[in-house]
Amino acid sequence: MSTHSLQLINQLQKRAKEFRKKIIEMIYIAQSGHPGGSLSAIDIITVLYFHHMRIDPSNPLWEDRDRFILSKGHSVPALYVVLAELGYFPEKELYSLRNINSILQGHPDMRKTPGVEMSTGSLGHGLSVGVGIAISGKLKKKDFYVYVLLGDGELDEGSVWEAAISANKYSLDNLIAICDFNKVQLDGPVDEIMPLNPLRQKWEAFGWNTIEIDGHNILEIANALDFAKEKRKGPTIIIAHTIKGKGVSYMEGKFQWHGGAPNQKQYELALKELEGEK
Amino acid sequence: MKKSVAIRDAYGDALVQLGKNNRKVVVLDADVSHATRTNKFAQEFPDRFFNFGVAEQNMMGVAAGLAIEGWIPFVNTFSFLACLRAGDQLRTSIAYPKLNVKIAAHHGGLSNFSDGVTHQSIFDLALVRSIPNMTVIVVADAYETKKAVQAIAEWKGPVFLRLSKAEVPLIFDEDHEFIIGKGNLLKEGTDITIVCTGVMVSRSMEAAERLEKQGINSRVIEIHTLKPIDKDIILNAAKETKAIVTVEEHSIYGGLGGAVAELLSREHPVPLEIVGIQDTFAESARSYDELLDKYALGISDIVEAVNRAVQRKNHFN
Repeated sequence: MSTHSLQLINQLQKRAKEFRKKIIEMIYIAQSGHPGGSLSAIDIITVLYFHHMRIDPSNPLWEDRDRFILSKGHSVPALYVVLAELGYFPEKELYSLRNINSILQGHPDMRKTPGVEMSTGSLGHGLSVGVGIAISGKLKKKDFYVYVLLGDGELDEGSVWEAAISANKYSLDNLIAICDFNKVQLDGPVDEIMPLNPLRQKWEAFGWNTIEIDGHNILEIANALDFAKEKRKGPTIIIAHTIKGKGVSYMEGKFQWHGGAPNQKQYELALKELEGEK
Repeated sequence: MKKSVAIRDAYGDALVQLGKNNRKVVVLDADVSHATRTNKFAQEFPDRFFNFGVAEQNMMGVAAGLAIEGWIPFVNTFSFLACLRAGDQLRTSIAYPKLNVKIAAHHGGLSNFSDGVTHQSIFDLALVRSIPNMTVIVVADAYETKKAVQAIAEWKGPVFLRLSKAEVPLIFDEDHEFIIGKGNLLKEGTDITIVCTGVMVSRSMEAAERLEKQGINSRVIEIHTLKPIDKDIILNAAKETKAIVTVEEHSIYGGLGGAVAELLSREHPVPLEIVGIQDTFAESARSYDELLDKYALGISDIVEAVNRAVQRKNHFN
């Protein structure tokens, strides 16, 4: 049951397409970065920032804003392109990614980059921080939400599950996790390296509300986020089925593109493909 | 013998007092609140107490989230868990973004003498001292614990507060002035300086008394803040007494001895002896004193180190 207009969906799709190109451009110029997980996460991050979350880019520390934590910090190019577009920092900074003296570190740094809520990068930390912020929201009787984007490989970290049981203990209905389930981790397919299924049942057993969606379908993402906010008990996780490297054919589903930069030929091919993408 | 008071009892009481005066203080524990004495705070302020079970990594990350939102979290667990099990959270989620989390590291050194090696922390200071943005404090008695709790709550930024399970003889009194980063002169002396920290302060004072009888007049300086360390008081001592002995309930590597050695080698080299646990794990014991004595932290170990340092100094001159 959707209340989202076709116009909105088209507009978000268009944005995500532009962001994909910029992600590739940034990583190409930096000659390092993590394109695979950035491209799998960009549709989710686009819907969060351009439709769903309550934010005010002119007031990054607004007390009532919704908070977003990129726990899978290596996908930060996908966050940087969105923050730049919203005006948290000048667009030209994007091309200083990973450069010395840059405000755009290889992984998110809350002290260097306006709009970044938490420094992350070592996996398995972000959900705990989200629990802390959500508890604060309860203590202060605020109505903001905390969104935490997790990777699938990241779920191998035991600390994620420590955080999961604690979110249930404190009935954090203001905490919404999203798993970018792209099925590929650094060393290979998730099913080979460390199988996660049955993933949904795992989270349910931990007391979470769950919903599974196509993480590249803008409408499904928007609906799932609405679902998570409907009055229900406890935290919610959206398991978003995605494709690593989505949009660039030679990157899709390839663990080799977890980290790494395209060469000039690959870069041009990627841009051509992304331009043609509907 | 002076009266002894358990440092953890003083900590538990100080936390309750702090909770009354500062409503931003929240307390987190990992299923050891009876051992850490945060159960007193839990009773007084149930809304500001959070028990995360046996899951130190998550607790540390939650504390980071609370600090971002303006709370002053006191995180409680055993010292080895704070800096090893949750060490990555400590570095990445707390020290790197310089978040205002206070890490109460309980049962430091060998003070959990009976449980044995798995529960003892003889390397914690070396680990946390090398992490940027961390302030590292070791308390010497119950009065100092009270003052330190108050001071670190007012201090902006992450603090590692090393506590002890032990009952420790009182060194200070109600009027003890505790300033982060400032050492305390406990005894004047001209022949040598004993720089000591934590529960070894009382043993150092006893050693100094014995040394007087031998005709060695030692200065005693207590260093509660290992980082940022009080350079002036140590350098002045090096210049005036021309030899130094450090004493700590920690490995001889990377703790107080390491900090003083780094300072002296750069600014004013003088003979230095480091009293600490040799590069070895300890063991279980039925008495704390017995364990300290066996692992090179006896009063006689301090006295011998002073004699060595004085000899080296005289050889120099």
